Amino acid sequence: MTDLAVATHGLVKRFGQYAAVNEIDLAVPRGSVYGFLGPNGSGKTTTIRMLLGLAFPSAGDIHLLGEPVPERVSAVLPRVGSLVEGPAFHPYLSGRANLMRLDAADRFAEPGTAKQRIDQALDRVGLLAAARKRYRAYSLGMRQRLAIAAALLQPRDLLVLDEPTNGLDPQGTREVRHLIGSLAEEGTTVLVSSHLLSEVEQVCSHVGVMRQGSLVAQGTVAEVRSGAKPTVTVSTAMPREAAEVLRALGLSAVIETAAGAEAEQDGVAPERIVAELVARGVGVRGFVVGTPSLEDLFVALTGEGFDVGE
Amino acid sequence: MSASETAPVVEQSRRGPSAVRSHGRMLRSELRLIVGRRRNQMGLLVLASVPVMIAIALKVSTPRRGNNDFITAATSNGMFVALAALTIEIALFLPLAVAVLSGDAIAGEANTGTLRYLLTVPVTRTRLLLVKYAALAIGAVIGVVVVVVVGVLIGGLLFGLGPVTLLSGTQVSLAEGLWRLVLAALYVIAGLTALAGIGLFVSVLTEQPIAAMIAVTIISTAMWILDGISQLDWLHPWLLVHYWPAFADLFRQPMYLDEIGRGLLVNLAYAVLFVSLAWARFGRKDITS
Repeated sequence: MTDLAVATHGLVKRFGQYAAVNEIDLAVPRGSVYGFLGPNGSGKTTTIRMLLGLAFPSAGDIHLLGEPVPERVSAVLPRVGSLVEGPAFHPYLSGRANLMRLDAADRFAEPGTAKQRIDQALDRVGLLAAARKRYRAYSLGMRQRLAIAAALLQPRDLLVLDEPTNGLDPQGTREVRHLIGSLAEEGTTVLVSSHLLSEVEQVCSHVGVMRQGSLVAQGTVAEVRSGAKPTVTVSTAMPREAAEVLRALGLSAVIETAAGAEAEQDGVAPERIVAELVARGVGVRGFVVGTPSLEDLFVALTGEGFDVGE
Repeated sequence: MSASETAPVVEQSRRGPSAVRSHGRMLRSELRLIVGRRRNQMGLLVLASVPVMIAIALKVSTPRRGNNDFITAATSNGMFVALAALTIEIALFLPLAVAVLSGDAIAGEANTGTLRYLLTVPVTRTRLLLVKYAALAIGAVIGVVVVVVVGVLIGGLLFGLGPVTLLSGTQVSLAEGLWRLVLAALYVIAGLTALAGIGLFVSVLTEQPIAAMIAVTIISTAMWILDGISQLDWLHPWLLVHYWPAFADLFRQPMYLDEIGRGLLVNLAYAVLFVSLAWARFGRKDITS
């Protein structure tokens, strides 16, 4: 149990009849950067709210850093920094005053070091220069950074970042990625949710994919990727004949396209496929063996891509 | 909760400041938020304007016998301007001030989304409610003190201060009169703090601060209306506001304390009931804002 920073077992959240989160078993190893992926509305934020004790599970149990949640949530949350469903601060207070307010609310924060810790956190997200501006004058990107700064007011063992790159420009997105990377190097476990795989793919060691309330894939990036089947693509002027050859070779999921044929490789050697095509008189213009990107896999796992599930 | 009794890991690793110091820091931060809000500052100005209006109206009008004992008395001693203002403002303005602050307390934080960030700091829900309630009570203190101080100042300026003739006709020293004024202010604060208990409860039920504010205003106003219908006299002792005007009894010789005592009991009962209800509701509520 203790090698997992976040562990849930049979976690369910129902709203009336509808199960927003349905029997999920999250396993986030300590020290990992866990990409929590899924389209909008797939249950990521609801899960995160339960992890942080904001919402109560309908069934199942949660352990955060080894402590049961929600029973011991107030004991464990000081070690957890979080950003939930976008930034939220008092609009008429400055960025610094907002952080000061959160720090004042922390039962265990040392008031003597508050200013120093706040400046460090602001500096880390590049907001020190705008610290005195009112929050309402912040751009969406600055708001997002302020929320990340709030999560960094104390040293944390676990960071839960829900859509941290939402509203950031490409430059800002890259900075957040770097920040996640450097925090992970310091030994902080990071659970980062996103509906955009490409934003987190490069920093994640593990991923979990949600679809309509269920966790449809979970593991290291390599493990999840190994679930993807290599495909072959034949470019030819004779699609129908090419498809017949592929079927005859026993390949599955054969599709005729305008420019040729595609199928799953199913372990058949590419040399053999090409030789067979040529032997049957199919003029091969091109032949590609490809592994689908994690992005393709993500779309395959989550169904219709980014549409909101029913 | 049994959880807090089993030696907490975090409390050992992160000692932090003493409980008193840390709760005090959060409460100060809360008060800074309340006092720093432009809208609340405007509200205080409105509260302060009532004694000024009363004093000026009395000064410029020809003396006549009014139906408010304090207003009549004010022309002979400025101190009574404060009491006249309190009598008028407990009907609407002071409860409205409490309603506005109650709306901000939990519903306002839910509305801006800051509630989820406070709770994940973490602030336990019980602690958050208690700090918010304490801040509401202090808000009531600030409102009443402003009315009383402005009342005494403007009254003193326009009508002078001196030995106080009580409602029963006896005369006491100015110091004695001011002391009774402090007691009256404390009594009004107690009533408003009880109303703040209702406000806190309403505030955990909704994510709309305006809705909470309107609800609390309706509740207090409805109680005043019910209290004014003499056919419902069986109900009156149960209404929160029924004994509120009893602070006038402090200006009789000897002080008549029966109604004030009953008033304090009713206040206490309302406060305990509604703060408990707020706690019960808030403790198991999903924060979806």
